[in-house]
This record gives sequence, structure tokens and C-alpha cells, in this order.
Amino acid sequence: MIWALLGVPMAAGAAAFLIRPDRPRRLLLLAAALAHAALTAACWRLLPGPALGGYLELDAAGRLFLSLTSVLFLAAAAYAVGFLRSSGHSKEEEDEEGFLFDNAPEAVFTGCLLLFLGTMSLAALSQHFGLLWVGIEATTLVSAPLIHFHRQRRSLEATWKYLLICSVGIALALLGNFFLAVAARLHPDLLMTGRELAAHSAELDLPWLKAAFILFLVGYGTKMGLAPLHTWLPDAHSEAPSVVSALLSGALLNCAFLALLRVNAVLCAAGLADFTGGLFMGFGLLSMAVAAAFIIGQTDFKRMLAYSSVEHMGVLAFGVGLGAAAPAALLHAVNHSLTKGLLFLTAGNILAASRTKSVSEVRGLLRALPRSGVLWLVGFLAITGSPPFGPFVSELWILQGALARHRGGLAALYLALLAAVFVGMATIVLKMSHGEPCERLKDLPADDEDPWRFWPPAVLAAAVLVLGLWVPRPLLQAVKEAAAVLGAR
Amino acid sequence: MTFWVESLVILVVLSNLRVLGASRLSACIQTVAFQGALLGLLPVLANLDALSTRLLLQAGASTFLKAAVFPWLLGRALRQAGLQREVEPFVGFTASLAAGILFLGAALWLGARLPQAGPEELRRLVPTALFTIFVGLFVIVSRRQAVTQVLGYLILENGIYAFGMAFAEHQPLLVELGILLDVFMGVFVMGITLFHIHREFDHLDTDRLTALKD
Repeated sequence: MIWALLGVPMAAGAAAFLIRPDRPRRLLLLAAALAHAALTAACWRLLPGPALGGYLELDAAGRLFLSLTSVLFLAAAAYAVGFLRSSGHSKEEEDEEGFLFDNAPEAVFTGCLLLFLGTMSLAALSQHFGLLWVGIEATTLVSAPLIHFHRQRRSLEATWKYLLICSVGIALALLGNFFLAVAARLHPDLLMTGRELAAHSAELDLPWLKAAFILFLVGYGTKMGLAPLHTWLPDAHSEAPSVVSALLSGALLNCAFLALLRVNAVLCAAGLADFTGGLFMGFGLLSMAVAAAFIIGQTDFKRMLAYSSVEHMGVLAFGVGLGAAAPAALLHAVNHSLTKGLLFLTAGNILAASRTKSVSEVRGLLRALPRSGVLWLVGFLAITGSPPFGPFVSELWILQGALARHRGGLAALYLALLAAVFVGMATIVLKMSHGEPCERLKDLPADDEDPWRFWPPAVLAAAVLVLGLWVPRPLLQAVKEAAAVLGAR
Repeated sequence: MTFWVESLVILVVLSNLRVLGASRLSACIQTVAFQGALLGLLPVLANLDALSTRLLLQAGASTFLKAAVFPWLLGRALRQAGLQREVEPFVGFTASLAAGILFLGAALWLGARLPQAGPEELRRLVPTALFTIFVGLFVIVSRRQAVTQVLGYLILENGIYAFGMAFAEHQPLLVELGILLDVFMGVFVMGITLFHIHREFDHLDTDRLTALKD
């Protein structure tokens, strides 16, 4: 089972590089995404046993994050079919710099997309910290060509920053792995899995453990996009094709978050929960503040979404830092992934119609692109935590956690930052949605929207709405189980 | 045996200083390749009386990648880029060397304060490993050329590898090879990106990659 979860996307990815004609390759992408989703769904019936001597095992936490990745990938794969049909081979005019660019061969794009799914699955399945590192570093490498799909200068610059900053960051997480091994040196036969380390936490060397955590926080925090280590994120998310941005934001950041949660579990077991909690809350609130500062007055709507990811990673870190709110943070991870997928895919539709990412040049979305316009508004309301959408529930739950632990001051700061982001995003999104359609959007054919490009975000929107009205019992159960595995107090 | 380990450690330190002082990119690439070979051989020399297939496989793979494949990849990127053969630092060579001496002092100080663990003769590696990590980070931030940044990443990786050798000998082979594969893929992907940067911009100067900012 575990091998199938890894093997399907990897094999399909390798095959995609070799298939010349477009249609079978796009079908392969859809088929592999469906197969992966089906396998993941089967894991909810029965958790598969460990493989590779316990290095690979799907626990409740891994299952939650794997499912998120899989669902989002399925939506993205369906969207990608429409995306590739319209821009797979085109030579487009790059609007902002005014020169021609050539899109990358579609085969490389599809292949890397599938390998990306495979490496993210590896990250969700790894119990061994070394293997987890291998998985996360591999996600960087296979996603770099995706960011560079539009062969032009800005995406190239974003790709270079992404590669270098993330590689260096993750290298420090590798050093963290070695520190962890030193901390466990009294017990040299220990498998470096989260579970075994937590079980022998009394024998771990605490100063080394703390140092290891800081290195992990810097390393995986870079990948997760926690301020001030987030500098690659706005560039990569805004320059990548929207399908890729949706996956980067909704799935990839979560993988790094899961890695941090797994390390955190070891430290909590060793009695260092206050130490990690403080760091998580500090980084979380800082990320929210930095994101708010850059969202207000942002001129590029994809960058706005990217900073919103920084903000929500901050919310997640804050929630985990509170400890009691860890199930809430996990639920928020679910809500954020679905909502951000919806927003980036919709942003892709707006971009395709208007050919610009500039906020000031888009007006009247609701009239010009009625369906995408509505999704854009829905996504905005959801991501800023307005009722009745999913993120509202989880953000409220985190707030309750803060109040229950008598962190009134921090709770007030958290609310103030959420409000600031709300105001910043509202100004931008409402300006774009209302009014007369601008020049760029005026002469669109009435029924311009490709169903492949409309339905994936629409389904995600429906899911976010349902999660806001009613959290299904199995999901709530899964979130609590995952939090228990990850050592929430 | 200790003699071999100590000689290697000294050579690694000297190779770091040479990277800081070298003005030609090809010299830097050669030095980093040499450093990779030294570190690849180190576990073999430290365990001459207890060689295992696993150890040889690991050392062989690491030496081959770091001493042969990486320099070849980077050299190719450089040849494709044509003219730019100079390092072009933000920080001058003398200042870089002075910084290097400071890093060495800091690494020795820090290495002496860390609680000791692991096999006796490899423990001598710890200050060197820290020094190499510092130099790698410094090279990444202080050099303009994209190729040099990749070199900095490799030096950083070498330092971390040396640290792992001194301490974490129980890293399973599978994970070890996975890490090497990732580093290899990293350099490979960076090499391709370098090629594209050069084709698009006609230079490899990261200081001029400034279209994206807030």
C-alpha cells in the first residue's frame, strides 16, 4: 500500500517525460491523480502497515496531510488539463516586460508535477527524520522546474531564489538531524523515528535537543514560509503558473509544517513543550505581522495571495505554540489548503482573462467573469476568516485555545493582525470585483470560461463552505487523532 | 591513523582558506572538488582496520560525486557561460581571508565548548566542520556570481557532512545515499538553472536579479 502511494506518482511522472503526444499525457496526469486519491481514501478504511523497517509508515498525522495533498493535487490536475490546453505550447506576450517567451515543454511540466506529488507523499509517509529530510529536499528540486514553466526573466529569478534559499535552509535542517543524533547518542541503536525518540525521551541530551530544534525550525521554517525566512515565497508563488502556486501553497508548505510538528513531538515528550511553544508563537505572530504589512497596499494580486500564505503559516505556528490548540491548528491547515487552492486557481482564471497580475488594472470582475468573480469573492471571505466558511471555525477555535490558556494579550494581538489582513485584502479584492469591467476585460466572449478551469476551484469552494457549516465527525476525529500522535498537550 | 585524520583536517581548513582567497572561479571549483575528495576519503582512513562494504560504498559514492561529477557539472556551466571567469566578490579577498580567520577562531571556540561525543579521532573534526559551514554560508552571501553561490552551497554541505561523520555514524546507508542523491540533484538542477539564467540575461550576476521585490 505504502509502496503504491509512492510508486504510482513516481512511475507516472517518469512515464510523462517520455510520452510525446499531449492527449495521453494529460490523461495519464488525471489517471495518476485519481489513483493516488483512491489509494489515500483506502487508507482511511485501514491504516497500512509499516514498510522498510519502520522508516515509512502512515500514522494519523501523515494520513491527514497525505489526504490534503492528494485532494488538492486532484483538483490541480483537473485544472492543469484546461491550463495546458490553453497555454501548453503557446508563445505568449509577457505583459509586464513586453517580450516574447516560450513555455517549457509540457512533458517536463507534467512529469515534474507528478514527481512533486510523489516526493510530497514521501514526506508525509516518512517516520525516519533522515528520510523525511530527503523527501522535503526532493520536493524543492522537482518543483523548481515547475516554477520556471513560463520561460521568462521574472520566473527565472524566482526559481533561482527558491532553489538557493530553500536548499541552504534545508541544509541547516540536515545539521539539525545530526544534532538530534548526538542528542540520542546514549542510545546508539535507536531508529531515528519520531516515535522511538519520543519513547526514549528521558535518555535524550536536552541542550543538543534544543539546538537541534532551532536548526529544524530555521530549516523547515524556511520551506514553510515563516517570517523572516519567507523571502523566497512571494516570488515563487507569484511567478509560478497558478496551478503550481496552488500546490506550493496548499500542499508543499504543509509538508514542511508536518516535519516541524514531528520534531516538536519529540521535544514535547522530552518536557520541552514550553521552549518550542514560545518559539512557535513568536515566529507565528511575527509571520502574521510581516504578512499584514506587505498585504496592505499590495499591487500584485498573486503576491497578495502569497503573503496570505505567510500569514496563515503564522496562524498555524501560533496555534501549535499554544499547545492546547493543536487540533485547531491541524483543522486550520485543512481549511487553509482548500481555500488557498481555490484562490490560486481562480487567480489563474483572472490572469488568463486579463493578462495582468496588477491590481490596478483589473476592474469589474463580477460582470466580466461572473463565475470566477464570485469564486474570487468567496475565496476572499473564506481566507480572511469570515463566517460561514471553514477558516472562520478553525481560527475561532485557535482563539478559544489562547483564551483558555490565559494568553489574553497574545489573543488580542492575533485578532488585531487578522483584522489588519482583512482590511488589506478587502480593499484589493473589492476594488477588483466591483464596478464597470475595465478595458482588458471588456470584450470577453460571454461564455468564456472553460469548465476544466471553473469546476476544480468551485468544488474546493463548496468544500470550504461545508467545513464552515459543519465539521464532519470523521474529520474531527482524524484531526484529534493526528494531534494525539503529534503529542499535543 | 590519527596522523592521517589530522593531515586531512588541516588540508580541509587550508582548502577553505584557498576558496576565500582565490580570484578565479576555476580555482575555486578545483578546491571544492579537492575538499570533497578529502572528506569522502576520511571515513575510510579513520577506520582502516575495520573496513566494511558499506563504508567503502558510501565513501566511494561520495568521493565520486564530490570530486568528479560536481566539478564537471559546474565547469560545464561555466564553459557555457563563456566569459565570466572572475569571482567578483562583494567583500574583497583580503577582507574575506580576515573573516575566514575570525570564523576559524569562532569554530575552535565553539568546538571546544560543545559536549563531546562520538569516536575519539573523529571528534577533532568538529571545529573543522563548523569552520567549513561558516565559510560556506559566507561564500553564499559575499559573492556575486551564481556559480560561486552553488560552490558555497557545496562547501556548506561538505561541512555538514563532516559534522555528520564525526557524530552520527549510525545514519543508515539508505538515508546516507538519499542525502547524496538529493545533493547531486540539487547541483544538477542549479546547473540547469544557471544555464537558463545565462541564456536569458547574458550574465550570471545575481546582484542584478532584482525584478522581484516589494
